[in-house]
Amino acid sequence: MPALPLDEAGKYVVGAYVVFFTLVVVYVAILGSKIARIDRELEELNELVEEDR
Amino acid sequence: MYSKGFKPLSVATVVAVATALALIFFYAPLDADQGFVQKIFYVHVPMAMVSLGGFVAGGLMAIRHLRSGDPSWDVRSYVAIHLSIILGVGVLVTGSIWARASWGHWWVWDEPVLVSFLIVFLLYCVYYPLRFSIEDPERQARYSSVFAITAGAFVPLNFLAVRLAQAYTHPRVLSQTGGNLPGEMRPTFLVSLVAMTLLFVTLWKLELTSKHASAQLKSLRRKLAAREPAAV
Repeated sequence: MPALPLDEAGKYVVGAYVVFFTLVVVYVAILGSKIARIDRELEELNELVEEDR
Repeated sequence: MYSKGFKPLSVATVVAVATALALIFFYAPLDADQGFVQKIFYVHVPMAMVSLGGFVAGGLMAIRHLRSGDPSWDVRSYVAIHLSIILGVGVLVTGSIWARASWGHWWVWDEPVLVSFLIVFLLYCVYYPLRFSIEDPERQARYSSVFAITAGAFVPLNFLAVRLAQAYTHPRVLSQTGGNLPGEMRPTFLVSLVAMTLLFVTLWKLELTSKHASAQLKSLRRKLAAREPAAV
């Protein structure tokens, strides 16, 4: 198959890089939300311990 | 525990990814045969190599787990395999996009490299149901490690089988004779590979840190609950 012209090839190249960066961003966002939840739970525990004192 | 050296690693990853992107789009020349579409190569191939490397690394960590009995090696192995599967999804999708642009088809079933990667990917998809169908943590870790070692040994065998295959249409990247990468394309590819490897290690450490913190929190809750059942 002959090489695609730049305007047509561009959408495939952009598509491939968007797929890659979307995967990374979604993964980091999921991990970020998990870490935020851990942080919240730690705060709750801290408050409970403070109340006990 | 796992967060040691995380900050410089993250900075190195960001710098490497930015350098790789700059080299891909402003330094590497257009391929004489494929034109602009060949730029997909710099994300697709490093992702495939790091993904396969991650599967093998997961197997090696599983060996450490079985030898030492230390459950932290099982968690390391699990996270490496988990990340490699995510990268594997990226490999299959970007490969399909490249195949469509280059060969006119989204998927070519008689292409050994494509099909062999799909087989490896599907093999590792079995890891999740296997792991999470076992409730006892010790058995779960042991069985998962056995799977990770067996499947990890299959990855290089599969790679060799494909290399020895006669019907070869997939472009070869690196070989003893220098492969098909001329001039500025080779350093660009190598920087992309380093960037992808750093990204993998950074995300691996990030997930391990999150898992470790979560486990610590659970243990803290248990200890507090044991001390004062009504309070927690």
